[in-house]
Formats: sequence, structure tokens, C-alpha cells
Amino acid sequence: MLQGWVIVVTSFAYLGLLFAIAYYADRRADGGQPVITSPYIYSLSLAVYATAWTFYGSVGRAASDGIGFLPIYLGPTLMIALWWLVMRKILRISKRNRITSLADFVASRYGKSALLGGMVTVFAVIVIVPYISLQLKAISNSFTILVQYPEIVMPVKIGAAPLLQDTALWVALILALFTIAFGTRHLDAAEHHPGMVAAIAFESLVKLLAFVAVGVFVTFGIYNGFGDVFARAAAEPKIAPLLTPLEGVAGGYASWVWLTILSMLAIMFLPRQFQVTVIENIDESHLKKAIWVFPAYMLLINIFVLPIAFGGRLHFPGGNVDADTFVLTLPMIEQQELLALLVFIGGLSAATGMVIVETIALSTMVCNDLLMPILLRLKRLRLAERPDLTGLLLGIRRGAIIVVVLLGYLYFRLAGEAYALVSIGLISFAGVAQFAPAILGGIFWRGATRRGALAGLLAGFAVWLYTLLLPALARSGWLPIAFLEQGPFGIALLKPLALFGLAGLDQITHAMIWSMIANIGLYVGVSLAGSQSAAERRQASVFVDVFRHESGGARFWRGTASPRDLYLVLARFVGAAGADSIIGEYARSRGMAWPSEQLVADAEFVHYIETQLAGAIGSASARIMIASAVKEEALSLDEVGAILDEASQVVMYSHRLEQKSRELEAATAELRAANERLKELDRLKDDFISTVTHELRTPLTSIRAFSEILLADPEVELGERVRFLGIITRETERLTRLINQVLDMAKISSGRADWQMTRVDVREVVADTLARMSQVFKEKGVHLVEQLPEATPPVLADVDRLIQVLLNLLSNALKFSPEGSGRVVVSLRISSGELRIDVRDNGPGVRCEDQPYVFDKFWQAGDTLVAKPPGTGLGLHISRQIVEHFGGRMWVESEEGAGAGFSFTLPLAPA
Amino acid sequence: MKSGQRTPRLVALAILGCLLFNYPILAVFNRPASFLGIPVLYAWIFGAWLALIALMAYAVERDE
Repeated sequence: MLQGWVIVVTSFAYLGLLFAIAYYADRRADGGQPVITSPYIYSLSLAVYATAWTFYGSVGRAASDGIGFLPIYLGPTLMIALWWLVMRKILRISKRNRITSLADFVASRYGKSALLGGMVTVFAVIVIVPYISLQLKAISNSFTILVQYPEIVMPVKIGAAPLLQDTALWVALILALFTIAFGTRHLDAAEHHPGMVAAIAFESLVKLLAFVAVGVFVTFGIYNGFGDVFARAAAEPKIAPLLTPLEGVAGGYASWVWLTILSMLAIMFLPRQFQVTVIENIDESHLKKAIWVFPAYMLLINIFVLPIAFGGRLHFPGGNVDADTFVLTLPMIEQQELLALLVFIGGLSAATGMVIVETIALSTMVCNDLLMPILLRLKRLRLAERPDLTGLLLGIRRGAIIVVVLLGYLYFRLAGEAYALVSIGLISFAGVAQFAPAILGGIFWRGATRRGALAGLLAGFAVWLYTLLLPALARSGWLPIAFLEQGPFGIALLKPLALFGLAGLDQITHAMIWSMIANIGLYVGVSLAGSQSAAERRQASVFVDVFRHESGGARFWRGTASPRDLYLVLARFVGAAGADSIIGEYARSRGMAWPSEQLVADAEFVHYIETQLAGAIGSASARIMIASAVKEEALSLDEVGAILDEASQVVMYSHRLEQKSRELEAATAELRAANERLKELDRLKDDFISTVTHELRTPLTSIRAFSEILLADPEVELGERVRFLGIITRETERLTRLINQVLDMAKISSGRADWQMTRVDVREVVADTLARMSQVFKEKGVHLVEQLPEATPPVLADVDRLIQVLLNLLSNALKFSPEGSGRVVVSLRISSGELRIDVRDNGPGVRCEDQPYVFDKFWQAGDTLVAKPPGTGLGLHISRQIVEHFGGRMWVESEEGAGAGFSFTLPLAPA
Repeated sequence: MKSGQRTPRLVALAILGCLLFNYPILAVFNRPASFLGIPVLYAWIFGAWLALIALMAYAVERDE
């Protein structure tokens, strides 16, 4: 009964059922009652991981490697345990930034770099297209085999069939139309495809059911349970080694480990997995169920792989039946028509599920991250000015779906049965593993830069191309095989399968080691060597700190825009109705109406529009569109730094505080010093007043005493009376002189003295003064010697004050010179631009310890308590102040017992 | 409320899984013997896998 038409009708009936499910789910979602709210549907949709490669290929691999196929399914279990840490973060980031694909995620993380997004897209297409052709091959082969029932004939070499009779072509076209029908029905700003997810979950159930059915049939129908299958396999010398495969057949533990790592990365970074896990996720908490339901699914679908593989080997010992077809050929040879049909449908679900999700993911990437950024930049197209671009977007995506599927077909047609197709599953895994450093690094390492990601991706991908894809092509005969055996240009070190002489590993392990070294090495190295732009730093913070920032990156924006302009931009991509509802929702959440004048295009609003737009056309394109609508003022690196590192500002403030308090301390110290000085001055003033009053009281006391004697006793003799009156007169004169000098000194110190500065001939003044004093000296018998030059240059001084100084010095000298033998020398000379006048006597001199004090106020030579020396003690002090006022100096040179010499200088008057 | 423990528990399970499905533990079971008619390597991997999934389900669901 298994004629061709039965199979075709069944297949179309199945596809029709899928479409009905998708249509129903979409309608329910549009009506606001989505059916995919169950976490089990989410978990089942993840099982799109199990493709035709799993459905048919696992058994094929197990038939030659034993349990060596299993790491591909153990890896996801180990990885998914880490998802609560890793995937939850990716989910949160993607939701907040409206990420639309894997390429968008990478581009967005590294400063919304269109270059990076485009590169990831191109790589993804190169990696995935052969994988799609593998699915086409599976469908076409299984159909060809089933049609031959009850004969078991392996399909002939493809390419022999004429193009229009090639099943694979029709399969490809039907799948493309199918994908377009529920992948691009309309443009959704959230990029959700609830219908597709429901259909994929259903397909997962079908393929699991089909595979388990075959497994149960083989294990319990053909054989008597697991024990029987394994016992018979162990009895067969050719099969027995497969039971303990880890040394030898499967390539040992190294390849086991690397396959595990590879599948751990593939479960996250295959574009279709990213699509169902991240983009189609509607509720973060669904992850909780998926963490155990999905591994359980993997376990179930793998339990019967080895029994089927061994059963096949036992049934077809000749090796003329391809082990990849055991799943189908075992029911066929046992005449189980319905089971065979179910297996075919199961394989069809595995293959179609993969193709549908993968092409939707790729078409989104090609549209949002490759074509739109280029088209929007081409000024000639004036795309940015068109009112409605929704049609264009949908057109590009539909075109991309057809192109991707047909590329898959083309590869299938060209590669045929060749090695390049059979091994492509693992080669694709190794390819998508190259995205891992940029993405995982990007969500945990803030310092990763765009250049680092570019360099790492390029290097990793280049090594992948060189060590995996090129050898595959060479083995298919598209490149000279010498390229593999001798290395390019005969350079043995560059042999693609033993790069730099690293031999003895299987191909995948070898390629993973070198590509990961290149990828991670450059990613980390270049990131560390360079620095981030402002946009990169902002995005790094948005990604890495996603659990900390609650409201995205809105505060990092500065610029001006009108809500109307933003509305128009949004409407171009999601339609006027979509834009109205999106902005309306925003306005409502802030208690405003739309359209209204209240709404202002602040940073938050612009950010909201950009994220919504990113949901439709990807973050890089959205960036370009927003930039065209708003006048954005670039944030300088410094500003962003300042915003991000608020902590550093606090540090700065505290630095300033410290500095201020240090300044304050310094000021306090100065004030304290000033205060000390004031206190000192106050004390000096008190001293001065007490000294002056003491000086005044001495003469007053004697005047009063003698006056009282004269008053009380009128009988005092005339001689006595004259003597008393003489004393009174002298003391009065002394009093007058003292008061005059105190006044004089006060005048000079306070600067109120009246100075009559003129050009003075000092020689003349000295000569005059000496002449005036000569009589007094003669009376006391003191010899006055003058040593004056012929002439001196003039100085600027007050003549009367100068005479006062000279008189003071001369009378002091006279006072202390011994009577009769005294000798006073007055000399005048010019030395180093100054006039110098010396007055030397040969009296008792000034004691060494007294010399610092002779110019102090009221200092007097000798013991004032015993004998009151003549003079007030103010003369020298006043003299020195006068000389200093003229700009000169006055000092004393003396040795005790050898006379004293007082000298002063006067600066010469300017010419 | 105790969801703070969920992440470390799951990470620990991932590490445990890496140990169970790796050299040298795998080497212990990589020998031609059988357990209830099933080769020990096969029995070990599927048994440990099942246990791991059960533990993961327990770790992720118990706080609900």
C-alpha cells in the first residue's frame, strides 16, 4: 500500500495539520489568548535541536562508534544546568533591548555595530546552509527508500535525476513556502511567532513518538528486550568492540570531551536554538520547566539509539544498507508499513522543524543585520524618507527565506553523497561555537571591545574554514586532495588536518583547539590592548549590568526630537496602526493621551521608540533610523565616564573636601600666628607704657621732693635754695626732653613724622656739626679727630634729622669718653655705593652681651639701679629709625674696655 | 523566597555532570561487563543522566 501517492498525500496532510496548528495558535495570540503560555510548549520547542541528523544520523553514528554519538546530547544537559545563570541573563538583556536575532545580540552588545552584525550574519549563513541541505537530503532519501517498498534499495547518486523530478527540489520549495506562510505573515515588533512555536512543539512530539515507536518495536518486537539485543551484539565479533568504545573506536576521551563542549555551545548559539530559546520566549519563568523537561526529552529520544543501531548491524550484516537508514529500513524489512510511514513522518518533522526555524532566524538576520543597515545607508535609495517600509521588510525576509532554502538545495545538489554533506552536522556545530566567546564574554566582561569581538570572530572563523570546511570540500573532490595530504604549496606545517604538526587528534577536536585559541586569544588580547568608544561602553553596561539597571540606557541620551517625527519613523516600519498602539501604550502608562501636546520626546521616550523599532528591524538599523529623526548630541567619552562612574565623582568630592579642610587648617595656623603676634605687640605696648611712666616718675619725684622742702621750710639757706632750684630746673628740662623724644619716636614709628627729603652734602653737614660740638669737647678735654674726604656725592635725606643722629652719636661718645685723655674719631668715606660714617671713642665700650640691645627703647648703659646715667635711653633707638628711614643701616662694633664704635650708612642719591 | 540558592545548586549540578560523564569515571565503566544484561558503560551513562535530570528538576522546582 505504500505507493508514492500515499506517501505524498500523507506528507501533505501532515504539513496541512502543522499549518492548521500554527494558524490556530496565531489566531488565538492575535485575540489575546495565546496557547503557547505553557512552559511545556516552550520546552518542547527547544527540541528543535533534534533534527533529521539526530533522527537518522544518531543511529548511523552509533552503528560505527557505539556510544560515541552521545556527547551531542549530554552536552546540552550540562549546559542547561547553567542556564539559570547564563540564559536568564541573555533573556533579560534580549527582552529589554528588543533583540531580534543572534547577530543583533552581538551587534547590540558591541555598540550597535552594523559591521559586526553583518559579519555574524554572513558566518551564520555559511555555517547553516550545508546543515539545511542535510535536512533536504534526509527527506528526499527517506522518501526515495520508502517508495521502493517492499524492496530495500539505497538511493542512487543524486544529480542523476533530472532537476524537475528531483524530490529534494520540491521539498525545498514546499518548505520555503511553508516557512514564509507562518514566519512572515506580518511584521511583529516583538518578533514573536506563536504559530510557529506551537507547530514546532507539535513536531517535537511527533518525532519523539515515531522514534520511540521504532525503538520499542526493534527492542521488544524483533528482539526480546535490551538484554537480548546487547547479548547478540556482544556475540558478534565485528560489533562487540562497540560496547566498550572509548579506547579506540570513538577516538578516545579527548574527542568525547570536545564533542561535549561543542554541543554545550551549540545548544545556545545555533541560530535556530537562539530563535526558540530567546527570541520566541514569552515568559522568563518558562526556563524553569525547560531546565529539566528538555534534558528528559533528550534522554528519551536517545535510549533506543544503540538497540536500533545494533539491530540494524545484525539485520544487514553485508553493509549494503546505509546505517543512517536503519530507523526506516528495519520496519520496512519487517513488513511494518504503518510504522515505516510513521518513521517517515517523524523524520519529516525533524527536518521541517529545523528548516523552518533556521530559515526564519537567518532571514531575520539577513534582513535586519545585513541588508537594512546597507540599504538605509545608501543615500541614493532615499529609503529613510519613504512613508511605509513594512512591505519592503516583509519582501526582504520572504526573499531571504527562499534564497537560504535554495542555497541549501544547491549545496545538496553539488555535494551529493559526498563527505562534505555527511559530516556537516558537527562542522556546523564547530562553526557556531565561534560565536560563543563574543556572546558569553559580552554578557559577563564589561571590558570586551568591538575590535576584540571582530578580531576573535574573524580569526576563529578563518581557522574553522581552513581546518574543517576546506578539508570537507577537498574530500568531496572540489579541491585537489594534495591540499590535505601535503599541505598548501607542499608546506607540511600548514596541513589543514594537522596544523603546526598537531597530529593524532580527530578532525573536530583539532579544529576546536586551534580555532578557540585564535578566537579567544584575539578576543581577549585585542580587547585589552584597545579601548571602548562611548557607545560601546554604554552598551557594555546595559548588557553586563542588566540585573542592576532597571530602565535600560535611557539616561545616557541627550538630544532634541519631536514626538511627531518619531511617530513617523515608527509608522514606516510597523504601519500607522502599529505605531499608534505602541505610542498610545507609552502615553497611557504615563497618564497622558495620544496624540497630544503633553508628550515630550525626552531621553526615555526616544529610547522607548528605539527599542520598539529595534524589535522590527534590529538594533543597528534602528540606531540609524533614530539618528536620522533626532538631533542627537554625541555624549563625549568623558561625560559617559562621569555618568557611569558615579563612584568616581564621590571620590572626587571627598578629595575636594580633604583639600578644603587642609586649606582651612593652614588658614587657622596663620590666624593663630597672627594672634600670637598681636598678643606680643600688646605685651610690648604695656612694657613700653610702664617703662615710660617709670622714666617720667623719676624726675617728677625729685622735683616734688625739693619743691616740698622749699615749701615746708622757708628758712632754707639761700645757697641751699639756689642748689635745690637748680636741681628742679634740670629735672624739668630732662622731663621735657623725655616727653619730646617719646613724641618724636611715636611720630616716626607711626609714619606721621614730617620728612623734608632733599639732596644733602653729608661732608658739609658733618663738618658743621663737629664745629658746633668742638667747644663742648674742648671743655671736657676730649680730643676730637675728624677724617673727612675732600668731597662726597649727595644723599637723599632730611638735614635736621641727620644732624639729630650725628649729635646723638657725638654726645654719647663724649659722655663715655674719659675726661682729659678722651679721644673721639669721626670718619666719613664712600664704600660700595654708600656713604659710611663712623664715630669711635676710647671709653669703656659696650659689653658683648649688651650689643644686641643698645638700640632698644630705654636701654641704658651701666647699672641703672645704682647710678642714673644721663640721657633718656631713647636716643639710639630714634637715631637708628631715622637712618633706616633714609634707607641705610646703623650698628655698633665694640670690645669691652677698648672703646665703642657706632657706624651708619646712607645710600647715595640717584644721579 | 530562597531563589538565591537556585543558581549555585544548578551550577554545582553542572559541575557534577561534567565529572560523571568524563575521564576517569567513564574509564571505570568502559569494560566488557553487563548490568542486568545491559553493558555497564551504557547503564552508567543513562542511569547517571536520569539521576542528574531528577536532581535538576528538584533544584529548580523546589522553591515554588
